[in-house]
Amino acid sequence: MTTPLPPAAGVVAPTPSPVLSARHLVKHFPVRTRGILKRRIGVVHAVCDVSLDLGVRETLGLVGESGCGKSTTARMLLNLIPPTSGEVLYRGTNVTGLARKQMQPLRRDLQIVFQDPFASLDPQMTVSALIAEPLRIHGRYADGGREQVQDMLRTVGLNPEHGNRYPHEFSGGQRQRIGIARALALSPRVLILDEPVSALDVSIQAGVINLLEDLQDALGLTYLFISHDLSVVRHIVDRVAVMYLGRIVETGTTEELFTSAGHPYTQALISAIPLPNPHKERARERIVLTGDVPNPVNPPSGCRFRTRCWKAQDICAVEEPALVDRGQGHPVACHFAEVRPEII
Amino acid sequence: MTTADTSAPADLDVPLDVEELTVAFPTDDGLVRAVRGVSFHLRRGEALGIVGESGSGKSVTAMAVMGLLPETAQITGSARVLGRQTLGLDDAAISAIRGKSIALIFQDPLTSLSPVYTVGKQLAEAVLAHFDVRREQAWDRAAELLDIVGIPDPRQRVNAYPHELSGGMRQRVVIAIAMANDPDVIIADEPTTALDVTVQAQVLEALETARAETGAALVLITHDLGVIAGHVDRVCVMYAGKLVESGSIDEIFYTPRMPYTLGLLGSLPRMDQARSQRLTPILGTPPSLLHLPPGCPFAPRCPLAADVCREHEPDLVPVAGGHAAACHFSDRLIEVTPTDLFRPTATDARVLAELEDDR
Repeated sequence: MTTPLPPAAGVVAPTPSPVLSARHLVKHFPVRTRGILKRRIGVVHAVCDVSLDLGVRETLGLVGESGCGKSTTARMLLNLIPPTSGEVLYRGTNVTGLARKQMQPLRRDLQIVFQDPFASLDPQMTVSALIAEPLRIHGRYADGGREQVQDMLRTVGLNPEHGNRYPHEFSGGQRQRIGIARALALSPRVLILDEPVSALDVSIQAGVINLLEDLQDALGLTYLFISHDLSVVRHIVDRVAVMYLGRIVETGTTEELFTSAGHPYTQALISAIPLPNPHKERARERIVLTGDVPNPVNPPSGCRFRTRCWKAQDICAVEEPALVDRGQGHPVACHFAEVRPEII
Repeated sequence: MTTADTSAPADLDVPLDVEELTVAFPTDDGLVRAVRGVSFHLRRGEALGIVGESGSGKSVTAMAVMGLLPETAQITGSARVLGRQTLGLDDAAISAIRGKSIALIFQDPLTSLSPVYTVGKQLAEAVLAHFDVRREQAWDRAAELLDIVGIPDPRQRVNAYPHELSGGMRQRVVIAIAMANDPDVIIADEPTTALDVTVQAQVLEALETARAETGAALVLITHDLGVIAGHVDRVCVMYAGKLVESGSIDEIFYTPRMPYTLGLLGSLPRMDQARSQRLTPILGTPPSLLHLPPGCPFAPRCPLAADVCREHEPDLVPVAGGHAAACHFSDRLIEVTPTDLFRPTATDARVLAELEDDR
């Protein structure tokens, strides 16, 4: 066991003793040619120097658009893929590089719920078998496993009598509940929720969000909530880290971020969310970004957002802005960070 | 196929007039009744939103109007574009209307663009299909259209293949193609659902530009009430193949009179409200369109449901002015908020009831 490291500069860290932390995580994926030789012709810079801390019983939101590295970060946090550099600490223990076997006891504590409840459940297993599987793997099924599975089903709002049914007999929302039950079977401390409600219709989504809130209160869970939907994020998380092209560009409490965002990207992201309120929606002055997210194989020099930023100056191409407090009360990685009133 | 009179005089103020449209698909398990008597009128230059969740029949309605449903589909009712019946037309006849009078924008631009032709060729083709112009003029028009929808370097981009463009750019190309023939109606079916929010904002802006340029009326089909709030004048809410409420944008958002609409609004996390407010989901799931029970299809999920709801399906009747709702108890919903009607629970009522029974 190592003692917890002092927080790195710009780390998302208000909590004194985080459950799970990432320190300077970097992930590069090689791009290879097709064919037999598979020559390496480039590198996708998926995640660059991401540091964050997850405090006990808190919910950290990781937001950003497709390809910004949210899910890759999550997979590194769970040691499902090895980072190119950097480390992940679970309650002070460095888990990067741990072998499968050494990792297994930690897997009990760290679980993940995936986005697509259609793809993440084996269609040939009954619901009970799906929820029992983690218990069996960890040798806990013999000892009252059956009752535990029934309890789990009840906890997530499903009828235990339906345990012998197959996933296809359930709706999307119910399937996502099965995914949550499966993740909860081993009584984890940390749940990584990778776009858990994005595939669901709004009326169903609301029930799953309420369930996640109730479970956190009842079981004292810590959540990392990954989503591209800022209105859901604002509703459920305590702190937010905004990612753009592999980097965290801004982080703060939910209140700070939605009332005094300092990074132009965060502002554009908040401004782009359509409000289901016609009067407000029509009166808003929307920030519409130009262009698309650049290719992560060849990210822009300096600030990665500068190619789409209306504030970009010469310095942005040369010097990468550090993620530090620039007078907004929370860290912002922008040379020209400034609060913009009335974004929502 | 259709019983409606095809030679009615064109009402030029109503470029799209859908009357009692029903669509059913025969399957091995029985008849799936995807659309069950939908009527709406689109006025010239107006933007109409159709909202509803997956499987509510929104897309099938659009496909029926465009004549894009498979031949096995059983369609009745009428859909008139500029007074001309589109249901039951053969391929050649509908092709004269499609693109020229009415254009469709799909959710996924990769399926509506051909991967083997440059976007310029596809745009020029759309122009040439309905206009008698020279090829060079069509290509000029193609570049011009790309410019209008906000694609940078349009002169170069005409030579790009769809796979060379990002999702947002592709969707803008599709919008440009839709504009090509100056249509009277544009139907956009979930045009931004597959896109990131910042790109969604760009595409919606392109769609607004397309409307302004062509003066076309818009049918915007989406599940996103936020998108609806910013871009349409009137809204139709669909549930289980029927319109359950229709009215002006303000009526639907601020004074809804159908429990389903209230439920949808209460399910949304609101950026414009206090964070602490708990969501009020609609419990249960939408009914199967294969074996619809008698009565109101929303009754099993509705907190107001009474015996009458399970026996008689309510019609869409006016509640005030142009505002109509299909609910036996819509008069009880005056000044009712979602939180008055739905509970902020996490568990399905039916499951709760089943659990109670077990004890």
